[in-house]
Amino acid sequence: MIFLRALLTRLLTMAITLFGVAVVVFFLIRVVPGNPIAMMLPPGATEEDIARLQALYGFDKSLLQQFLIWSGDVLRGDFGTSISLRQPVSELVLGRLPATLELSLFALLIAIALGGLMAFLGTLYRHSAAEAAVDVTTGTALSVPDFLWALVLILLFGVLWPVFSISGRVSPSQAFEFTTDFYIIEAFLRLRFDVVAHLLSRSFMPALALAIPLAAIIAQLLKQSLKETMHLDYVTLARTKGYSETWVILREALPNAVLPTLTLIGVQFTFLIGGTVIIERLFSYEGLGNMAIDAVINRDLPLIQGIVILFAALFTVINLVVDMLYVVLNPKLRHA
Amino acid sequence: MRDARAHIRRPLGARLWLSGTWLSILALAAVFAPWVAPHDPLAQDLFLGRLPPFWMDGAEPGYWLGTDSLGRDVLSRMIHGARVALMVALVAGTLTCIIGASLGVLAGFYRGWSDRIISRLVDIWMAFPPVLFAILLIAVMGPGLVSIILAIVVIDWTRFARVIRAETLSQGAMDYVASAQIAGRTRFNTMIAEILPNILPTVVALLTLEMGIAVIVEAILSFVNLSISTDSPTWGGMIAEGRTSVHQAWWVLVFPLFTLFLTVLSFSQLGEGLKDRFDPVLR
Repeated sequence: MIFLRALLTRLLTMAITLFGVAVVVFFLIRVVPGNPIAMMLPPGATEEDIARLQALYGFDKSLLQQFLIWSGDVLRGDFGTSISLRQPVSELVLGRLPATLELSLFALLIAIALGGLMAFLGTLYRHSAAEAAVDVTTGTALSVPDFLWALVLILLFGVLWPVFSISGRVSPSQAFEFTTDFYIIEAFLRLRFDVVAHLLSRSFMPALALAIPLAAIIAQLLKQSLKETMHLDYVTLARTKGYSETWVILREALPNAVLPTLTLIGVQFTFLIGGTVIIERLFSYEGLGNMAIDAVINRDLPLIQGIVILFAALFTVINLVVDMLYVVLNPKLRHA
Repeated sequence: MRDARAHIRRPLGARLWLSGTWLSILALAAVFAPWVAPHDPLAQDLFLGRLPPFWMDGAEPGYWLGTDSLGRDVLSRMIHGARVALMVALVAGTLTCIIGASLGVLAGFYRGWSDRIISRLVDIWMAFPPVLFAILLIAVMGPGLVSIILAIVVIDWTRFARVIRAETLSQGAMDYVASAQIAGRTRFNTMIAEILPNILPTVVALLTLEMGIAVIVEAILSFVNLSISTDSPTWGGMIAEGRTSVHQAWWVLVFPLFTLFLTVLSFSQLGEGLKDRFDPVLR
């Protein structure tokens, strides 16, 4: 009951947030001086042509009218037509979303693996030089954002020791025919593990750049929770029973220490997705973020709106899922 | 409230020393750039294109860190780039801090309507991917130093507002605030005299972190070619150029990247160090 009411309140705030985002982006990009359809006009277009095109895209109406029409269309799932690419925005955006999602999820997995490993090592060798090394590493990793890590990775593994691809999602020579836009998942389901390996190696650098700061956050928080748990009586009991330290950390301490980290991962995951915008650009990865920067440079208003709304929807949905998961996973809140 | 123990000076941590030293060097270089830089950062000389740094074969004396493809001195461009970076860090960081922290205190101390509106705005802002938001704002306002500073303020005030609101809420619930009220202080006076001094350490730490973020945002915007005009050298712009010619002249990318890396790391370590130092619980 409580759960349901919480869900409904959250859905309502989510709707308000998305509406707010729509208002902000709609009016913000219309402050831009200049005619948004100017770049579509062939040289020598007459006044009449301009008026016709403006009417076609609805730019001849008042701002408020434009907003009402646009919101009505959006609610019906129609995001308009891209000015620069001349295709429906919803098609373009949904075609790119899988690439960004795959990259983000890959980065998340790397972050969890790396962060978890660091936290484990830091706990296992606590109060020693090794723990200090873990602290310095995570402190540095956290202080520097994904953009700089990406450049460092490009330099190290793309130029000095070129073992990884630093450009594009798929190699141009890759002959595999994809039927969906979820390349990695599709290749996996069709049991083409060679293609999976190829795709993973191509997105490893951008994913790692996105993962490093998050891995550091996970390592710091999880290590702290683990160390607090290691003092508890039941952990001492497990140790006196003769279990190895590794076993004690992983089987006894971890299940009780992991909840704060899980919540944090949820929140941080949206920041990670936000980071894909510039990371995709750096690695020429054909995702949503790369398309967004092109859309801004080309002043493609319908496309910018569509991409921003989609990102906002993604962020709010993830936050909602995290909040609900927290309620489900936290035994103290379950029967409240 | 001052505790006697607060007067016992702890030695400054190594990270405060290191980051402080680096940022001081940078600040000096930025202020005295025209006198420190060995060359004009814009002077092109196609006969001196892609000279390597001083320890490599083919280096020209005087061009310590080599030249880019147009023959411009890398070291001089980095020194002049420090001006833009530190200017953005200082101005954008301070403005963001003042606006964000004020809104945070307002929401956390007065609560009610102001809190509801500010928190809703923060929710909306958090749903924007920040880099895309920044690029969008620059596209709207046009490139330039003022646009970059404004964009950073518009995007990042939420960082301060969220943290300071939470901090103010927890401070406001403490007994000392209640006793100040009972003693007859007005709400406003309580806020200024009691709450503000207690949230100041958090504000200072956040401000230092924000300066690092501002430097990065400027670099990202120069990187996508939306920063200030191409006449002023910026680290981001140098990195973008260096990225395209990295196979022929790695030094054009490596030196600005390393400088940016150190600077961002220093701001962040300074913030962390100051937070620990001012934290009344740890002190």
